[in-house]
Amino acid sequence: MGNYPGITVGQHRGRMRLPDGGRARVLDSPGTYSLSARSADEQVAVAAIAGLPPHPRPDLVVVVVDATQLVRNLYLVLQVIEQHVPVVVALNMTDMLAGSGQEVDAAELARALGVPVAPIVARSGHGMEELRAVIAAALAHPEGARASWRFVPEEPRLVADIDAVAALVPEEWWHGEPVRRRALALWSLLSLDEDDELTDVPRALRDAVGARRAAAHAALRSIEGEVVAGRYRWIEEQAPRFLKQVREVTTFSERIDRVLLNPLFGFVLFVALMTLLFQALFLGADPLISLIEDGFAWLGARSAALLPEGLLADFVVNGLIGGVGAFVVFLPQILLLFLFLGILEDCGYMARMAVVMDRLMKAVGLHGRAFVPMLSGFACAVPAIMATRTMERNRDRLLTMMIIPLMTCSARLPVYGLLIAAVYPPGASQPFAQGTLLVCMYVFGAGTALAAASVLGRTVFKGPRIPLLIELPPYRLPHWPTILRTLFEQCRDFVQKAGTIILLCSVAMWLLLNFPRDAAAEAGRRARRSALESALAAAPDEARRADLRARLEEASAQAASERARDSYAGRLGRLLEPLIAPLGFDWRIGIGIVGSFAAREMFVATMGVVYGAGEEADEHTPALRERLQDARRADGRAVFTPLVCLALLVFFALACQCMSTLAVVYRETRSWRWPALLFLYTALLAWSAGLLVYQGGRLLGLA
Amino acid sequence: MTTLDSLASGSEALLQEIGGSRPFQCRLMEMGLLPGTRVRLVRRNDVGGIVELRVRRSSVTLRMGEASHLTVSPI
Repeated sequence: MGNYPGITVGQHRGRMRLPDGGRARVLDSPGTYSLSARSADEQVAVAAIAGLPPHPRPDLVVVVVDATQLVRNLYLVLQVIEQHVPVVVALNMTDMLAGSGQEVDAAELARALGVPVAPIVARSGHGMEELRAVIAAALAHPEGARASWRFVPEEPRLVADIDAVAALVPEEWWHGEPVRRRALALWSLLSLDEDDELTDVPRALRDAVGARRAAAHAALRSIEGEVVAGRYRWIEEQAPRFLKQVREVTTFSERIDRVLLNPLFGFVLFVALMTLLFQALFLGADPLISLIEDGFAWLGARSAALLPEGLLADFVVNGLIGGVGAFVVFLPQILLLFLFLGILEDCGYMARMAVVMDRLMKAVGLHGRAFVPMLSGFACAVPAIMATRTMERNRDRLLTMMIIPLMTCSARLPVYGLLIAAVYPPGASQPFAQGTLLVCMYVFGAGTALAAASVLGRTVFKGPRIPLLIELPPYRLPHWPTILRTLFEQCRDFVQKAGTIILLCSVAMWLLLNFPRDAAAEAGRRARRSALESALAAAPDEARRADLRARLEEASAQAASERARDSYAGRLGRLLEPLIAPLGFDWRIGIGIVGSFAAREMFVATMGVVYGAGEEADEHTPALRERLQDARRADGRAVFTPLVCLALLVFFALACQCMSTLAVVYRETRSWRWPALLFLYTALLAWSAGLLVYQGGRLLGLA
Repeated sequence: MTTLDSLASGSEALLQEIGGSRPFQCRLMEMGLLPGTRVRLVRRNDVGGIVELRVRRSSVTLRMGEASHLTVSPI
């Protein structure tokens, strides 16, 4: 319980063993203060508890409450009891009671509420066996857990309001039980209004609530005020029976917050923490990533050695093993980021971070919690998009997901390296030009992301501005078992769900780059190759052998280049040429753009293949750089002029050229709509910016 | 009578009237911030535009703009 954001986002399902040998299916709903809902996300909890279609009615609802904040938590308990379901209250964090200067009499609380109460300490597992026994007993005798407490309004006009709305509550919600009908009428009166985002609510019900509320307003009444105050009045009247508030203590958390929420120190500490996170993602994950890459390269080489050379070997090495490697390589960063987030969340700092960043993020319409995902986006968009789970509202999550791919991720670095070296060749006269341009690219990406957030937040994701209302949880030491379990679940989820899509895309990309094959041309290449090989075997001296070896290498690079040209990707590149020609790109750059879809750094390798520098070329290979500089168009002009490279840099900064990112957005939103929007808007943005740079540069005479 | 955002750090007050948008009022009341509830302003952060309250043994933060919708009578 509690909406310390991120406590449970989304529902979890599980099974539970009962002491009597039975088993129960468990559905864990997101933490909340109240059953009242405004968004579809919040509706999940009430639908599950009240048994609204398509949910079956639960046999029992276990409400886990924070014993140190009992009065506020009982508000939710009363709402659940009103729904006329059997209820067990799990009184959690009883170990913290003494420290907070309070005492709770669980037996007396159970008598006051009329439902069983089991004191527990969830972190240590204390009291869990007793809780299981209480649950088993309540399941066996549900009447003992169904309380008689009902909200009884004193105000006659409120009674009339409830009756009027109750008449319109759909039959399939209340299943012939008048008590549930009244409870859902109360829920409707507090939840529905003109611009809520609830689904499957009949128009007539919504209208009736609106009319009743307007009439109350005209009579200077507040229906919500009367209902909420009525419930609290009952709790406060009963509280002395079971709650002894010995003293209000200045808590440990309050003392820490004097430093951590201090406008100056708090901000400095925040920056320090974020730097640490950034360093960890960038450098800490690096050895692991290299290890995985080397591992898959080794596996590929071993497989290639076992299989006869040819298409099958290439498919296994580059399609399959490469495809699995393509998503396994994300795991170190996902692991590190979620470990960090888990610790921050668990010790209570996350909620404070949203507060510290609120003003800055609000300026562009983002949630305070969007900061960490955006920062992580500098390392990689995939874990960053997964990290948006810490935001409770769907709109905030989607908006953040749409802009994260604009942050300069580490996969763009090799591409930037190659292109910047082409703009300012190493050893040129301007010593700081390369670094400055690189910094400019980072600032450009982040600036565009903020601008895009501002625009998207006012158009596509337009919605009522949500007031910041954050509860600061007490600081606690992180609970490692929970953190590690969540970490494991997140990684498993990524591998199972997003990994499959990434693997499929990798195979598709391999097919695009390798097919169709022209049998006659392949036979010619083989003949040429075997002629060279037999000449090499018969070569009399070392100089001749070296020459032949170079020619063999040249031939295989040329074969790869020709294959790329004739492949579907090559055709796609040529098909794209009219579209990208205004940006100064030719069809070979088109192939590179298509190829970079598998992973951005693939652009470099694809360029290596297309320009015949070999598949192993990287941005530091002088041969590739020279070939790019020598590349000529049909009319003899150079392809990679500094202006074209600049346009290409801008294009890569903005385009969401990454199937893994799109796959993970699909996975997180479960809809193709959002990845499609992301791809299209970034493509349009990238194209326009590239056009602006190239054509603008030409007008200025830079070509 | 004054508004919550004009209280000094450390001062206590009784909530009188809850204003602002309907969902905001509703959420605040359900969190236990009702007319008559005693609140303590733990800290105001003018740079961040945030106030932090202690109410019913928990800490709640609000933006200054939203805190200005809450009328209070200082104790």
